Amino acid sequence: MATQVLHPAAVPAYRGGLYEWLTTTDHKKIGIMYVINSFLFFLIGGIFALLVRTELAAPGIQLFTNEHVYNEAFSIHATVMIFLFIIPMLAGLGNFVVPLMIGAPDMAFPRINALSFWMLPLGGILLLLGFLTPGGAAAAGWTSYPPLSEKGALASPGPGQDLWIVALILIGTSSILGGINFLVTIFKMRAPGMTLFRMPIMVWTMLVTSVLVVMATPVITSALVMLFIDRNYGGSFFNPQTGGTAVLYQNVFWFYSHPAVYVMVLPAMGMISEILPVFSRKPLFGYKAFIFATAGIGALGFSVWAHHMFTTGAVFLPFFSLMTFLIAVPTGVKMFNWVFTLFRGQLTFSTPLIFAIGFLTMFLIGGINGAFSASVPIDFALQDTYWVVAHLHYVLFGGSVFGMFAGLYYWFPKMTGRMLDEGLGKVHFVLMFVGFNLTFFPMHMLGIQGMPRRIADYASDAGWNDWNLLATIGGFTIAASILPFIWNVFVSLRNGKIAGDDPWEANTLEWATSSPPPPYNFDRLPEIRSERPLFDARHGQVGHGGHGKRGDDDAPKALEEGHHDSQGPTA
Amino acid sequence: MTAESPALPASTVAHAEPHAPTGHAQRGISNPILGMMLFITSEVMFFSGLFAAYFSTRAANQPWPPAPFKDILNPLSLIIVATIILITSSFTCQFAVWSIRKGDRKGFIRNISITFVLGIVFLVMQAYDYTLLFADGMTLGSGPFGTTYFTLTGFHGAHVFGGVLMLGVILYRGMAGQFSSKHHDAVEAVSLYWHFVDVVWILLFSILYLT
Repeated sequence: MATQVLHPAAVPAYRGGLYEWLTTTDHKKIGIMYVINSFLFFLIGGIFALLVRTELAAPGIQLFTNEHVYNEAFSIHATVMIFLFIIPMLAGLGNFVVPLMIGAPDMAFPRINALSFWMLPLGGILLLLGFLTPGGAAAAGWTSYPPLSEKGALASPGPGQDLWIVALILIGTSSILGGINFLVTIFKMRAPGMTLFRMPIMVWTMLVTSVLVVMATPVITSALVMLFIDRNYGGSFFNPQTGGTAVLYQNVFWFYSHPAVYVMVLPAMGMISEILPVFSRKPLFGYKAFIFATAGIGALGFSVWAHHMFTTGAVFLPFFSLMTFLIAVPTGVKMFNWVFTLFRGQLTFSTPLIFAIGFLTMFLIGGINGAFSASVPIDFALQDTYWVVAHLHYVLFGGSVFGMFAGLYYWFPKMTGRMLDEGLGKVHFVLMFVGFNLTFFPMHMLGIQGMPRRIADYASDAGWNDWNLLATIGGFTIAASILPFIWNVFVSLRNGKIAGDDPWEANTLEWATSSPPPPYNFDRLPEIRSERPLFDARHGQVGHGGHGKRGDDDAPKALEEGHHDSQGPTA
Repeated sequence: MTAESPALPASTVAHAEPHAPTGHAQRGISNPILGMMLFITSEVMFFSGLFAAYFSTRAANQPWPPAPFKDILNPLSLIIVATIILITSSFTCQFAVWSIRKGDRKGFIRNISITFVLGIVFLVMQAYDYTLLFADGMTLGSGPFGTTYFTLTGFHGAHVFGGVLMLGVILYRGMAGQFSSKHHDAVEAVSLYWHFVDVVWILLFSILYLT
């Protein structure tokens, strides 16, 4: 094979430390910055969650001086967790792995990629600056329905709500630019041989997610713009007193925010679908079915937004109820994909797999209690109770957050070159799993008993005291579970086991390069003849009478052998 | 040859440009044009949200326009001229694209300059129209009609302004000789955006003024 040694100077050298990170357009560094930024906001959102849970631990107003501050706490908790943690954390992991998985040197638009990232901390800071304004931060919930979010004596008179709007427009623009970048990257930058139906599932889920982002996010931007005009320029879009319609906001808002649910869970599903096959030593069961199910969820996702508005009376109930139930079909297909991937596999219970199984079980509960709410009569009974809080946390925390931790444990070696500690990882999982269920399972009971969401106080004889105390204990257990994770990251960055190129014996291309990968990602690629190019490279010649020693081959060597250009058996 | 180093030693396969490895042949649509098409998709959805709000508000407020503003948009002469100007600019923009595809830089610069000027003229006419409406007492704060009218036309105007900026960049780069018959993705992308802005205006004109 004709190789030619490059002089080191021919590869653009990384500039020194901080300056390099602040100015980088490398998708891997941007992806890592996304992850760090999102994690910081996770901690901030978590502190607000703890404040809310502490207030609710017992009846009465203890922690906050008044209900308005409580409203700020849960509004900022939800806004931060959704827009500054889950969505960008998944986008960040996607940013790191998608170009690697399709054998590309970078994203299609590296500078726009950097722009997308830097809008996030800016948006987050604007949002939190609301606390410094008179009137405090946004307090109308993460949904900010008018008239709660309109300017008015009892509503949101201060600039905190305006900062919330501006922050969300910025973050939304960041998402849109990121989505465009992902789509062009996936459609145009795939390595030779990487046909659409050989792409890793993670790439497929990012593709569908990006379509949702590009088509749905601008609609919430329009809603936010109209809200801003109503608040600041005397507009009358949503104010019934001057001829507006309040339900209009809900329609436009949920036209984005329901697809956003899939934006928050599809990439996590993609991560699970990479991890389960690797740790059960089997291909994903039903690769194409999974892809069609993902596309199906994406398409149906646009026709169910009004199930958030059943009780408004402004919704054609049978249609939206039926469409919502239909979403369970592709989701059920995926459950079968995952369960049958595990079935009779040679399971290795490493931390990524454990978190993936955490996703499977918790997301299953979140899906089932969601189907309850899809039924119109039950929804009328449970609307705006803690049942809804339980459901959304089982989907977004039990699903997305467990999924992204699975992904973080899985790709940390690729990002840093070092393994995370398995023991600490398992402590993290056990604490988080127990704490999560302690927090959110009691909320089902509270919901059925009629406890409304978004209240700061409740009667001590309502029978809600014990469940609430339990949920608060669970909340602090979740907070405690983050400590071993942070410790693990710090310790492993210094002293972790060296990962090598492919510590998990994985299937996809990101493991075919060094850990961490060089700035340009790949020097060469294995042949891509299936959705598992590395598996082919490791085991390719077994069927062709070559030497069949599998496990002890390291990947690059196997790659070398699998490659037609190489010197073949002499390697 | 690979035995010594686990870090993919083959590493050293030469690539003239790290960002264009061999084999990533550019087929079909180019990245910037696809990117612009997706951006326009997102813009279409943004305007869909605004249009949805318009129709919903209009349905809830009959008669439309409400009594105080019954004839405020008439006569249409100014706005018809502005419409013709914007549609013409779409044509000149396309002529510019055809010119540069043939490598005719002079024709390109001439046509893009005309487009640029027509875009500015449209913006000036819209601003003048706004002052007339303000003088008649219609503002963003004067009920659903004023709110929807100024929001829709205002956001369209902002997009025209953005398009004019893009045209300015294209014109500058064209005058600096950066485009040729082979390399003019930016021109194609900007022209797509300009046509999009034009189509939105035709919809707006039909809905706000003619129905």
